[in-house]
Amino acid sequence: MPEHTSEHISSLASCLAVWLALLAGTTLTVTAAFIDLGPFNTVVALAIATTKAVLVVLFYMHVKYTHEKLTGLVIVSAIFWLFILLALSMADYTTRLWR
Amino acid sequence: MDTSRAVVDEPAHESPALLHHFATKGQQKNAASLGMWVFLAQEVMFFGGMFCAYLVYRYKYFGDFGSASQQLSITLGTINTAVLICSSLTVVLGIRAIQLGKRMALVFWLIATMVLGLAFLGIKADEYAEKFERHHVPGASFSYHELLPGQMKLPAAERQYANPHHAEMFFSLYFALTGMHALHMVVGVGLFGFLAYMAWRGKYTADYYTPIENAGLYWHFVDVVWIYLFGLLYLIDRHR
Repeated sequence: MPEHTSEHISSLASCLAVWLALLAGTTLTVTAAFIDLGPFNTVVALAIATTKAVLVVLFYMHVKYTHEKLTGLVIVSAIFWLFILLALSMADYTTRLWR
Repeated sequence: MDTSRAVVDEPAHESPALLHHFATKGQQKNAASLGMWVFLAQEVMFFGGMFCAYLVYRYKYFGDFGSASQQLSITLGTINTAVLICSSLTVVLGIRAIQLGKRMALVFWLIATMVLGLAFLGIKADEYAEKFERHHVPGASFSYHELLPGQMKLPAAERQYANPHHAEMFFSLYFALTGMHALHMVVGVGLFGFLAYMAWRGKYTADYYTPIENAGLYWHFVDVVWIYLFGLLYLIDRHR
């Protein structure tokens, strides 16, 4: 395995750009929360939250710059297990009234 | 492997950047990082259980979850979100500082992170105090009379609307989720206090800063949890 001795050092500009994007996302999601979009309020709020989370994971947690494939495997596994937990639980609760 | 750093006259004192059971510094760093990510995967499942409970009860008690959610202070929630985002920035700047070999800058950014973390907890405590004052804390003294605009007061036996026990379930989940999140913040602030002391003592260099990086991963994860909590508890029922 080749050793990469030089770690990625985030530039000051990229740190601040992500920070501003996260604050902008927060402003956007709070503004959107007061607009009545019916069921789509939840969709919009979760979409913006997920965008913010992806920014944090990729840039602040350095996943974008890692050469280690196992990190990606662990992240995808965690999301997949969470999906199993939520999807199978709701498959039960949302169908209990079916007769 | 970097053989130029081999120290001939000091074999007993091994560098923390390369312990004897690792072949290379890169391997040691990857091992520590992988361990941290597996821990965070476990944390996803830990919070996932509570998120799942929230999802199930919001589905069942849709009406009262709306009015109960509107009792939370969106101003304080937004300020806290901004505070946490700023604290994630200070962690990143701290890691950048030690990568460039600036020890005191790292100490400064770690202390700044602790200050922001404590600010978050202070605002959270203020929100909790308001819940106690208004008897919105689940338990014997719980009292709830809020309705959504246009919502009719129905007998308590009705499934969906204006049943105080349904609102009580919202606040139970609110305190469980934000309480566990706050506990993670307390642990994180303590962790950064320890790391700031060790950094001040000169333990971390541009060559070795893995503990800072892993504590940073933990802190960012707690930030991501809050991003979802803010959306689900404060925002999605605001328009109703």
